[in-house]
Amino acid sequence: MFLREKSYSNSAMTAIKSLLLLVICVLPLAVSAQLRIEIVDGVEGALPVAVVPFDFGTAELQPETPLHEVIADDLRRSGLFDPLPVGDMVDRPTRPPETRFGTWRLLKVDYVAMGRWIPGGDGMSGEIEYHLVAVHSGRTLFSRAIAAGPGAFRLRAHQIADDIYEELTGAPGAFASRMAYVQVLQPGTDDEQFELIVADSDGHNPQTIVRHRQPIMSPNWGPEGRRLAYVSFATGRSNVIIQDIFSGQREIIAEGRGINGAPAFSPDGRLLAMSLSRSGNSEIWVRTLETGRMEQLTNHWAIDTEPAWSRDGRHVFFTSDRAGRPQIYRVRRDGTNIERITHEGDYNSKASVDPHSGLLAMVHGGDANFRIAVLDRESERLRVLSPGRMDESPSFAPNGRMILYAAREGERGVLAAVSVDGSFRQRLVLSDGDVREPAWSPLIQ
Amino acid sequence: MNFVSKIFLVAALALLLGACASDTREVPPEPAPEPQPTEPSDPVDVDRVDPADFADSRNLDNPDSTLSQREIYFEFDRSDVRPEYVPIVRAHAAYLRANSSARMLLEGHADERGSREYNLGLGERRGNSVLDLMLAEGASSRQIEVVSYGEERPVCRQSSESCWERNRRVEIVYTAR
Repeated sequence: MFLREKSYSNSAMTAIKSLLLLVICVLPLAVSAQLRIEIVDGVEGALPVAVVPFDFGTAELQPETPLHEVIADDLRRSGLFDPLPVGDMVDRPTRPPETRFGTWRLLKVDYVAMGRWIPGGDGMSGEIEYHLVAVHSGRTLFSRAIAAGPGAFRLRAHQIADDIYEELTGAPGAFASRMAYVQVLQPGTDDEQFELIVADSDGHNPQTIVRHRQPIMSPNWGPEGRRLAYVSFATGRSNVIIQDIFSGQREIIAEGRGINGAPAFSPDGRLLAMSLSRSGNSEIWVRTLETGRMEQLTNHWAIDTEPAWSRDGRHVFFTSDRAGRPQIYRVRRDGTNIERITHEGDYNSKASVDPHSGLLAMVHGGDANFRIAVLDRESERLRVLSPGRMDESPSFAPNGRMILYAAREGERGVLAAVSVDGSFRQRLVLSDGDVREPAWSPLIQ
Repeated sequence: MNFVSKIFLVAALALLLGACASDTREVPPEPAPEPQPTEPSDPVDVDRVDPADFADSRNLDNPDSTLSQREIYFEFDRSDVRPEYVPIVRAHAAYLRANSSARMLLEGHADERGSREYNLGLGERRGNSVLDLMLAEGASSRQIEVVSYGEERPVCRQSSESCWERNRRVEIVYTAR
């Protein structure tokens, strides 16, 4: 690239053109600053485990980050595990028969994960073989293998961590997932820019999907984890866009008069619920993506917005101030049977549905204190999980165990995550920057 | 529109709006010249402009005229135009009536409290209540568009009431004068 530019250097126009081309080409791949995850409230009784460094021997292909580090970090971040530092390990088994259980008992470790790389014939791919053993019983809980190649090691490590999590907790893990969020660069200045970023669940590998001087809002994942719906003000007005995060292909789904906002994919990915005010007032609409068919679900003078689908796709939860203040309501998919869901407190909005249990998370509060709460609709119990005061945008992990949300610290936005029982909390912080509106993706298959 | 009807319109406007101005004149002003495209930075010759003449585009940049005021502020989670801001809306409605080619954007905003999409709705509702008042004052719906930015474009970034009250606003932005 550099040489080619140099050879054209006598033509100023060409140089400018190729520079422009460079800027345009590089932007979709732009790497953003990485989130740092800090644990705020620990959990008592985290399970003592050890993740032994995986044996890659002298293989040509080595992972970018050692697998055991990625796995141990995932387990620690879940709040349920306390991984032993590698420096404290006395020996390094790679298969169950090499495990000396007495040593691990002395180290007070309950479970040991280990593994090794089995290279394929081409030197560019192979398999990761991995095992989990229980120290007290001496049993092997599982032995598995997973194919891997260049660029896939981190994802494979997250999937191995998910397997360990599921084996030891009984619930599926959620480490092999991504998060989308909005970052504001140089907020409040003339150079202010908005970026939609997609990163791994551990904050690693942040990629800028869209960047614009006008606001970007409300990212929402398709159930396949490939499409992101969001709101763009690129034209000066709000538009709903669906973008393929891998190909970059974009489609405008709703534009024109009034608000085009709050996109939410149905569980089967065929429908997109939105809040549109084309009728003169914001109402909940559903678009069938394949045919473009539009259906209006609500018709009320109130603000009706923030749709969220029930797990079976038969209902849509939404925020409405039809009773005076914002509360969560539910409407059937066909627009009938509108019922009020929240009754506690004078401000409940932005419902997020746990894909696992059906719990509802929301912004709960009033006046000058807004916190994240979960509602168990069977017991009608509302539990407040976050400290406030400006918490918003709750988004469930695909396994329903954690809720990602946005908080404010001084003049900047940070992301945080809290366990659904409120016992464990962490902050996801950028060294310098303003982040908001996190959306946790489905599991990566 | 001929010259006589133009004079009549201006006179009628002046009578109608005279009550809003602090300096009420008995004699209607000279008919304003055709609105010239003026740059906002042009100094206004205040000696020659009546600040209560809401048909005169020069008053958009005249700090003595109500037309130079473009922000309307709201209470928390409310969208009704408070009485003290009604004269501002009336002045701009009068301007739109007198200048049929003028176009404006009503940008609705909210403070940071509560969820973002709800605040987008709140910003639009604030824009709409200013729009409704403008229409009631005789402006044409063809001249006005409402766009809500919710809480995405704050003018002040601290989490305090003194900041929030500046962010709960509708900004009048002329896209054509």
